[in-house]
Amino acid sequence: MNNRKKSNGFSVRSVVATGIGAAVFFVLMKFISIPTGISNTNINVAEGWLALIAGLFGPVVGLLVGFIGHTLNDAVTYGSPWWSWVIADALFGFLLGLSRRFLLLEYGDLTAKKLIQFNIWQVVVNIFVWVVVAPVGDILIYKEAAQKVFLQGAVTAVVNIVSVAVIGSLLLVAYVKSRPKKSSLRSE
Amino acid sequence: MNNLFGYKKRNTWLNHTTGTSKLVGFLLLTTMGMISYDTRFLFALGLFAVILMQTAQIKYREYAVMLKLVLIFAVINLVMIAVLAPQYGTQLYGTRHVVFGSGYWSITQEQLFYEFNLLLKYLFSLPLAIILLFTTNPSEFSAGLNKIGVPYKIAYAFSITLRYIPDVQSDYHTINLAQQARGYEISKKASLKNRAKGAVQIILPLVFTSLDRIETISQAMELRRFGRQKQRSWYQEQSFSIRDVCMFIGSLIIVGIGVALLIHNGGRLYNPFK
Repeated sequence: MNNRKKSNGFSVRSVVATGIGAAVFFVLMKFISIPTGISNTNINVAEGWLALIAGLFGPVVGLLVGFIGHTLNDAVTYGSPWWSWVIADALFGFLLGLSRRFLLLEYGDLTAKKLIQFNIWQVVVNIFVWVVVAPVGDILIYKEAAQKVFLQGAVTAVVNIVSVAVIGSLLLVAYVKSRPKKSSLRSE
Repeated sequence: MNNLFGYKKRNTWLNHTTGTSKLVGFLLLTTMGMISYDTRFLFALGLFAVILMQTAQIKYREYAVMLKLVLIFAVINLVMIAVLAPQYGTQLYGTRHVVFGSGYWSITQEQLFYEFNLLLKYLFSLPLAIILLFTTNPSEFSAGLNKIGVPYKIAYAFSITLRYIPDVQSDYHTINLAQQARGYEISKKASLKNRAKGAVQIILPLVFTSLDRIETISQAMELRRFGRQKQRSWYQEQSFSIRDVCMFIGSLIIVGIGVALLIHNGGRLYNPFK
């Protein structure tokens, strides 16, 4: 895929992936949510999509998709972006994007080991981002009460872990199935 | 196509101001409001924004849904804080004036004042955001972003997002209807398990059409030699006029007042209890 010489850093494909990725993220965040039964906590399908796009296109695209998608959604729904959570979502995309190195989805080979690695990584990232980064941002930027933001963070972390584990893994498997295998063509 | 953000052509001075200066003004004012916890400042800023909104001829019914959502969000948050951290105000302001009740659950003036500040914080930026979204052509945003220093490739990605949200949305609706016709139900009537199943049946086609779309668009852009040069020009770019200069200076004055109050208060909080 990347046999061409890259012009200054960010490739055309990454630009488009960011744009479309953020658009889909926005639409999913706004329209599809699966209620868990507890009020105000929905399984956020958008985070599963973010996991796929970050795993496919890497950390920079992940970061920008999280940032743009979340900012737009906040702006349209609540009037202004809630920066601490936008930053958290961007960081989430970035860290998940690091999983591209070991996932190597393009070659159509997703072993159970890789899937488990991916899920361990997403749990670590989710806990770090929603239980540490987002609440600390809330306290530093907005001077919110610690008890409240840590509770919100913990609930979000659990919900997102479930969301990425179910929807993210499902999307990864479906994507890889749709790709031709690396060794499917042989020269004779 | 531009309905998503409520943009309409209106003949007011705010519509004629460039996207760049509105974006800069919005960022400056909301950042200042985010930092400051001065009740007077937040209240004045909110009031000023509401007056600005009036001059932009934006009607109540256009933003009623947004306002309701923000109010629900604010009330849930305020109640959560009142329940989880009822003594946080006392801790912040360093004094304790009990209104009624006793012990951990007593309601103090400090807590009420803190929550009032928080409510102002949730609300003050709404009119500013409404002005920005309702009076700026979405295509101007990316030109504006590029002008304030965001690399053009990122600004362009943002512009692709705005361009394709309506398309993705209509894809979503089509897929949704098609899957409902096949018997998958995702409305509130169905059980949780069926809704989850239905959601998956919508996501998969949506994901694959979107991934295809990424390929198609990036090939088209590559054929047109996107990204070869260090800069690009924008179709929606406008030249600066006296209005824009006024908007810059106006926002800077307000930020100046905010900073002066920060210094005067000796911190971010305005403390009337001392």
